[in-house]
Amino acid sequence: MTKELMRPLPRTWWLRKQNYLVFMIRELTSLAVLAYAVLLIGIMLVASDEASFSGLFDFLDSTTGVVIHVGLFVFAMFHTITWIALTPKVLVLWRGDEQIESDVIAGANSILFLVVSGGLLWVVLG
Amino acid sequence: MTDQTVLEVYRYLPDEETESRFQSYEIAYQDDWVVLDALNYVKAEVDSTLSFRWSCRMGVCGSCGMMVNGEPKLTCETFVKDYDTETIKIEPLAHFPVIRDLVINMDDFMEKLPTVSPWLIPDEERPVEDGESLQTPAQVAHYKRFSMCINCMLCYSACPVYGLDSSFTGPAVLALAERYNLDSRDGGKKERAGVVTSHEGIWECTYVGECTEVCPKGVDPAGAIQMLKLSYSLDWAKSLVMPKGGGSA
Repeated sequence: MTKELMRPLPRTWWLRKQNYLVFMIRELTSLAVLAYAVLLIGIMLVASDEASFSGLFDFLDSTTGVVIHVGLFVFAMFHTITWIALTPKVLVLWRGDEQIESDVIAGANSILFLVVSGGLLWVVLG
Repeated sequence: MTDQTVLEVYRYLPDEETESRFQSYEIAYQDDWVVLDALNYVKAEVDSTLSFRWSCRMGVCGSCGMMVNGEPKLTCETFVKDYDTETIKIEPLAHFPVIRDLVINMDDFMEKLPTVSPWLIPDEERPVEDGESLQTPAQVAHYKRFSMCINCMLCYSACPVYGLDSSFTGPAVLALAERYNLDSRDGGKKERAGVVTSHEGIWECTYVGECTEVCPKGVDPAGAIQMLKLSYSLDWAKSLVMPKGGGSA
């Protein structure tokens, strides 16, 4: 029997193609979403203690805190937008005999995202 | 009209060599030549030791899949004139063991193919005298795009998950499972759940999506896998809420 040749995938496979790179960035930016969740839990935990809350607030209000927050916001938005763009693949809906256009599914999800975000912003700022 | 190009072809001759290498063939090609024509020219006129698979020459059999300049392609549909690079690099499909030159071992795929029961499993046996199981155009439309697969395995070569872990059931086989799950004549979703929802099945897919990009038949395996995830998750949720009349997961 002849010997077959295996060709293992190099660790840098995700640099070979733009689509692979975008995928890796989308996966990594999920950490920004996790960071937001951790931040929210942190705020809830210190909310009852004025000193701790002030300390966290001061950190978030500092230059470092703002830079981190802007970075997290950009990453979280990238993750959200690319995720919503993929929703038509998962959510295949039919209207009678015709499949609903993917733009309609992604558009509806985008509108829902904006409405919920706007509603939360209104509650927080209002 | 003819032009010149250089084919840089992956060679592996296991009886004579222990390592692979690239061999260059400078050829004159015609405008209407596809990469497979160029390879057949080399085989017939330049080097008869070159090995590769092909059959129909018309994008139906799925035999002539190879990496062309790093992209999985059906070489019978890939025109030489579309490459303005100095050389055209031709390699065997990625992620599969190489038997010789451009010929890969497809046993892994062929063994996985029947594991999802890719045939109609009716809920109830129908006597022959009942005639055909008719479907409306809408019922056909639900699964038709997933039924166009020609088993060319380009999607496996594009999938880094399969490249990193070949135990993954893979795009084409899972798309085939969804093709039958969506068929109104089929009742085999529960039977397929074992393989489809196993660790090596749909949950191994991280949705890179490149399988869909390279599919020459527009099958969209990535979409099929995400639909399977949603469908079996809903079945699982239903089985929790209604244990006696629940789903299949």
